[in-house]
Amino acid sequence: MTTMTTMSIDTRMKLFNRICAGVLIAFALLWLVPLAWAFDTAIKPNEETTKTTWWTDNPTFSAFGRIINETDIIRWFGSSLFIATLTAFGAVLTGSLAAFALSRMRFRYRNVVFWVVLAGIMVPSQVLIVPQFREMDSIGLLNTFWAVSLPQIPTAIAVFIFKQFFDGLPKELEEVARLDGASFLRIYARIIMPLARPAVAAVAIFTFVSSWNDLLWPLLVLSNPDNMTMPVGLATVQGTFGIRYADTMASALLGAVPLVAVFLLFQRNIVEGIAGSGLKG
Amino acid sequence: MTTSQTALPTRQAMDDDPPPPRPRGQGLPAAGFLTPFLLLYVLFIAGPALYGLVMSFFDTSMVKPGLSGFAGFGNYTEALQSADFWSSLWHTIWFTILTTPPLIVLALVLALLADRVKHGRWFFRLAFFVPYVLPSAVVALIWMWLYTPGLGLIETALTKIGLTSPNWLGDPSWAMPSLAVTTLWWTLGFNFVLFLAGLQEVPRELYEASSMDGAGPWQQIRSITLPMLGRTLTLVAVLQVIASLKVFDQMYIMTSGGPNFATRSVLQYVYDSGFTNFRIGYASAVSMLFFLVVLAVSAVWFAIVRRQEKEV
Repeated sequence: MTTMTTMSIDTRMKLFNRICAGVLIAFALLWLVPLAWAFDTAIKPNEETTKTTWWTDNPTFSAFGRIINETDIIRWFGSSLFIATLTAFGAVLTGSLAAFALSRMRFRYRNVVFWVVLAGIMVPSQVLIVPQFREMDSIGLLNTFWAVSLPQIPTAIAVFIFKQFFDGLPKELEEVARLDGASFLRIYARIIMPLARPAVAAVAIFTFVSSWNDLLWPLLVLSNPDNMTMPVGLATVQGTFGIRYADTMASALLGAVPLVAVFLLFQRNIVEGIAGSGLKG
Repeated sequence: MTTSQTALPTRQAMDDDPPPPRPRGQGLPAAGFLTPFLLLYVLFIAGPALYGLVMSFFDTSMVKPGLSGFAGFGNYTEALQSADFWSSLWHTIWFTILTTPPLIVLALVLALLADRVKHGRWFFRLAFFVPYVLPSAVVALIWMWLYTPGLGLIETALTKIGLTSPNWLGDPSWAMPSLAVTTLWWTLGFNFVLFLAGLQEVPRELYEASSMDGAGPWQQIRSITLPMLGRTLTLVAVLQVIASLKVFDQMYIMTSGGPNFATRSVLQYVYDSGFTNFRIGYASAVSMLFFLVVLAVSAVWFAIVRRQEKEV
């Protein structure tokens, strides 16, 4: 009797899991359609894009070549790469230094400092665009990469992630070094940071991606076409292609490639980073 | 997870008995470690925040130096009496209402399904998460093409099954739902990954024990999974509401706030007042009002989390 019921529950489970997999695959394929269609459009000749069929007799990559030749996309790529790298590096360095002090040192007002930093999470960056713009204007940084990068570097979340990670490392690690008279800087650089690779990866990837994808702020401070970032450049030229849909899609896909590459390279770090920072709350 | 659970006790122990070698005098090195971050923080976050607050009480103009005349609460009363402010705020809230439930429910359902599938999880992560890392401009270009009247893939597909399709981005009543669908495609992956991580924290033994007791899959989801997921659920919900309230890019690129201002978000209203009409004092006041809305949402979340912690 008992075996019978367990078996039927077992088969019920199996069937249920099959259905789950089926529904999930259907959704996943649906989610891939826009990107697949964009690619399909991009490899058609411009004239054929009005036919709305998936099939083309004349597949060609010439649209990608035209975009690279006719627009400044390579330049935008360079600007975005420089700004995002600078921002990620700055966020990792300043965030980890501050978190080290908050996690490992004893000083007055430590809690006050921590709460002031945390309060920064509450302020949406978009609320600050007007005063930040005025500030950049008055110190003459408009139209420079610094104007884009500097406000993105001090992210409270970076401090939070690093502090969380450092707090989890056992204190015994550095006690011997401290008894030997090693400076805090040495402990930070030689003992703590080498162990903090997962936190470094999470902070670096997230600041890189969010800096790369930011539209509003670089749109405001980079009005010169020569140093636009990828999103600003794409948003600016999107109207100029008219009915050249293959070219438009080629520009979108070229804009997507760097980030898809980042995602494929760091898939595990990204997913673990989200999970780690998300669940700490 | 283990890290965060052990974090608190260690810190407290540290506070109670100071380590013998350097009992005090760490203020100076600490200041050194904190300075780079705090300097940038004060210059580019805290400073502008205060400056914006001050400007919101003045008639500051983009094209004139200085703060210009004191306006008191004039900018605030003007905003609160402006039909344009209220309609843009309503558009932002309407967008939040349209996006939040599907982005939470669908992400949760898909994560529940993926949690039961043993093979090929990388494929689902890829399919749902890749859109999330794309720049808004890329997403907008692809979806504007999908929505193109007469040629777009969506209209073609609907025509094939005998339905007529509206002019998605051109019809004032369809433009916002269309933007919501684009956003669903774009950002679902983030919530999906958060839920998937939350599900992995549910001890497997609970499932095994309950199937020994003869619980079916629905019962397991109802009485084990969902209750264990409570904290993740509130977190995803608040992050989602705040992210939706901050919407700007999609409208800016895909509809420019149109047709006929039907999709102008509150942030675009700030942008228009400040950078098109040069009234940055007024734009700062609108920013502050928007900040109050975000703060209210965060406060509600904080209250819910407090209550959840008390229950545990």
